[in-house]
Amino acid sequence: MSDEKQPVVLKGQTAEEIVGRGAKAGARMFREWFQNLTQVSEHDKGAAYVFVMGSMAEVLRVFDMPMVFPEIHSLQTAVRRVADQYLNEAEDYGYSPDICGYVKADFALQLRGGEHPMGRIPPPTVAVITNACNTYIKWAEIWERMYHIPVFTLDVPGSRAADTQSWPGEEAFERDRRYVAAQIDELIQLCEKLTGRRFDIDRLREVLDNTNQMIRGWRRVLELNRSRPAVFNALTDGTIYLGVANAFRGTPEGGQYFTDLVEEMEYKASHGIGTPVEEEHRLVFVGVPCYPIFRRFNELFTEWGGVFVSSTYLWFASGGINLGFEYDLDHPLESLAEGVLISVRHAMDSMFFPHRALVEMVDTYSVDGVVYHPIKSCRTTSTGQADSRRAFMQETDVPSLFIESDMMDKRVVSEAQLKNRIDAFFEGLNARKLHKTAVQ
Amino acid sequence: MAYAAGVDVGSTQTKAVIIDEQRRIVARALIDTGSNVVAAAENAYVECLRNSDVQEEEIEYVVGTGYGRYRVTFGNTQVTEISCHGRGAVHMFPDTKTVLDMGGQDTKAIRVSPNGEILDFCMNDKCAAGTGRFLGAAAAALDIPLDQLGPTALRAEKPVRISTTCTVFAESEVLSWLGKGKKIEDILLGVHQSIASRSIGLLRRVGIEQELTFTGGVAKNVGMIHVLNEALGFEINVSEDSHYMGAIGAALFALDYVLGSRVPVRAGEDTP
Repeated sequence: MSDEKQPVVLKGQTAEEIVGRGAKAGARMFREWFQNLTQVSEHDKGAAYVFVMGSMAEVLRVFDMPMVFPEIHSLQTAVRRVADQYLNEAEDYGYSPDICGYVKADFALQLRGGEHPMGRIPPPTVAVITNACNTYIKWAEIWERMYHIPVFTLDVPGSRAADTQSWPGEEAFERDRRYVAAQIDELIQLCEKLTGRRFDIDRLREVLDNTNQMIRGWRRVLELNRSRPAVFNALTDGTIYLGVANAFRGTPEGGQYFTDLVEEMEYKASHGIGTPVEEEHRLVFVGVPCYPIFRRFNELFTEWGGVFVSSTYLWFASGGINLGFEYDLDHPLESLAEGVLISVRHAMDSMFFPHRALVEMVDTYSVDGVVYHPIKSCRTTSTGQADSRRAFMQETDVPSLFIESDMMDKRVVSEAQLKNRIDAFFEGLNARKLHKTAVQ
Repeated sequence: MAYAAGVDVGSTQTKAVIIDEQRRIVARALIDTGSNVVAAAENAYVECLRNSDVQEEEIEYVVGTGYGRYRVTFGNTQVTEISCHGRGAVHMFPDTKTVLDMGGQDTKAIRVSPNGEILDFCMNDKCAAGTGRFLGAAAAALDIPLDQLGPTALRAEKPVRISTTCTVFAESEVLSWLGKGKKIEDILLGVHQSIASRSIGLLRRVGIEQELTFTGGVAKNVGMIHVLNEALGFEINVSEDSHYMGAIGAALFALDYVLGSRVPVRAGEDTP
């Protein structure tokens, strides 16, 4: 671990300048990204609508197509506490309360001509989706009908069951890789048609190189939270980093951001600098955060000294780049297909089969407890959590908590109920620690 | 002699218990919570003192529990009712492995260790189906006092099947069965079975292991005990003090502080 090494020294920089700069820079970049989208909208131009699990940013950047992540602009309405207005508008139109909150917030945003608390979101010119979430497909059909745009669906072969992945060199993998490669070829043709530009393989190499820099950084940042105390909170800080990982994927700024972030986290790890919380319990979060009360939700844990050292959200919502697959720049198209297959499949596995990785983390990240957070309006990330928890409990004796709320809809978020369960969980963790101490 | 107290401010009723250092219950009190939670906690505590020979200054530590635990303004600390019911149940029935607490708004399934620590728990979420409130709605619809629900249900011969899980709709379903000419006792047994079915669903999520101790206000209902015994296929533990189990657990935690056998449950507090 890095705390066994010599402390990292960064010349000409004070601790005040280094610690926290990733969060500040991330927030600034995110604001600028929304400003750029506003400019696109003001110039009456559109954008490619893409999703976090398989954005295909590497292809779209070759054609300089602006990208909109509807999941991100939807969740931002919840963080900025106006999601209820958007959800109500969609429900007034006829959408059921049971439909994904992201879809409804985005639909209301489209009805409002892209109006958003962080700017104006341009309309779609194309939707590029994967099968990682089945809602993506129905969601894109809404835009297809509203704007008469093409929808490109990338079908990524996922794992058929836990621990059944195939890998490069195996026949099954090569078949899957060729299947993805053929689809990427179709996407390139579609982008050429939409932009009137020819595909440039050297430009792709540059973009892949930027993404590689980001992937190396992302993986290292997540690993550095093995440090005690944790160098960042996976639920709060991690979400900022995640925003940059998606919005700036394939860009030089995105790559540099993660290089700088690694530097900051290595500095913190080597100097024993943790989060602002006096760390008592190291936790892993499973699922999507509770955005309607984002800050308070985290406080319910930090008040007890609970710090999230990792989160499956940082795995699947980064498109699976935590696995660390890097593109081979000598064979960009073949490698892109391989990377998409491996990383998007890993994103799906992180939702559907996370328990093995969680069990391994108990030792490597010194985990005291796991928090499962199924959410009402996302069946994809929530349905299997009870099974996953059961599997986890069969293999470890690490306590786990199962709490339910939503990522968008505050009508189904009950802070009192959440607090009661979370308090009881920590009472159990504390009693357990006492018992262990007494036995020792 | 040292004394400790627990005050359980529930959604419907507030309970207070005083115990001595031998962990014997010295006094109990129970009042309706009403709209003034702070006053309910104080009144229950004062009544409990009045029911005992103990002076207030002899109570060395008070733990608040229940949804109103942070409104027990005279309390020294707070512990969730999940931990308190687990602790109380194991104290009353030492071989308890599983606890079912059925209160006014909450039903909790709790798995406990031999020393009363919580291993896992599960509760109804954002819905009062399967809780005491469901029984209350049925009692209102049938105009029967709450304490007569159980005995009436036990006279049933052909229980109806209550299909709604919604407490709000329970009343209209009960009325519709009345309209079809069904007997009140048959409807009531159906209501009890419906609640038992949902509760057993919660229990299965944490794992049902004997002995199972039934706590909370609904544990006073003989009809509910009967249907749970039948559905589970074994006899469940029910104490005369089941209603007070949260307050008993809270008082036991309070006594831990008094006897110095436990560092604070809540992080950051000083040992008393």
